[in-house]
Amino acid sequence: MTQTPIQSITTILVIAAVTFLIRSLPFIIFRSNKPIPPYILYLGKVLPYAVIGMLVVYCLKSTNVLAYPYGLPELITVVVIILVHKWKHNMLLSVGGGTALYMFLVQCLFA
Amino acid sequence: MNRKAIKAAFPKTIPVMLGYVFMGAAFGILLSNKGYGFWWSSISALLVYCGSMQFVMIDLLSDKFDILSAVIMTIAVNARHLFYGLSLIDKYKDLGVYKIYAIFGLTDETYSLVCSSFVPDSVSKNRFYFFTTLLNHIYWITGCTLGGIAGELFSFNTKGIDFVMTALFVVIFVEQWENQKNHLSAIIGVVGTVICLLIFGSDFFLIPSMAIILISLSAVKKPLEKRLEQ
Repeated sequence: MTQTPIQSITTILVIAAVTFLIRSLPFIIFRSNKPIPPYILYLGKVLPYAVIGMLVVYCLKSTNVLAYPYGLPELITVVVIILVHKWKHNMLLSVGGGTALYMFLVQCLFA
Repeated sequence: MNRKAIKAAFPKTIPVMLGYVFMGAAFGILLSNKGYGFWWSSISALLVYCGSMQFVMIDLLSDKFDILSAVIMTIAVNARHLFYGLSLIDKYKDLGVYKIYAIFGLTDETYSLVCSSFVPDSVSKNRFYFFTTLLNHIYWITGCTLGGIAGELFSFNTKGIDFVMTALFVVIFVEQWENQKNHLSAIIGVVGTVICLLIFGSDFFLIPSMAIILISLSAVKKPLEKRLEQ
């Protein structure tokens, strides 16, 4: 431990508080006793699709396509997950199998 | 009433259980490698309940005590959560006593389940959202604690285990893609973020991405709403 227990717990509490504040902010700004503006309703409908797309890219942000293994483990796994999911529509199989495949690729094949 | 809601919510949360137990375990192992007993992992899971930020937290804890850095990093990593609230204001408006907890527990995975799950009419939507949040939180605490204990007992190769989250989001993306009348929003999300990643680099791209997504979606509001109504 680099920090003392008191410092550690303070760091943890500060992170927890800021995280909660960020999550609450939209609900504080748009109080539910007023009618919700149509623009916000529109965002509620379309934003989730864009956000999941953003999260997929966010998860892959550290992939380096310019150096070995050129993002191949990520590319192979994502393609396999999409195909397996289109084929079986089984979340456990797609997520569990995909992760196992990726771990095999980075630990054994492209190690 | 509660049993019905749990019965409806539980099957939807199984993939998250898998992800959270493995991801949480990876977190617990890493934190215990820094000399923290397993209960530190449990407390972090209970209070912070944010996967990506908890991994960043390990770095912060391994460095000298610096509150300002902790605040700035938390804002940078979690700013995306502003979007979640923004798109759930309508869904969560009658949540009552559950509301504060549901907002506290609004993780990436809980958000995606709440957005994508079809809730049967016989089940109270509010209870469904509450139990989805609670079950996921329990999985996360369990995973982090087990990882903390395992990290104190053994050492093993977890390389690549964090891909479980990527896999989960790819699957949710595929499911949403199949249920969309129009793919424009999903395409804006992916393309806008990739462009920002290339321009701003992996440390600073999230906030510009959010801005681009908001601007683009606002720009196509009229035609997109028309398409969605058809």
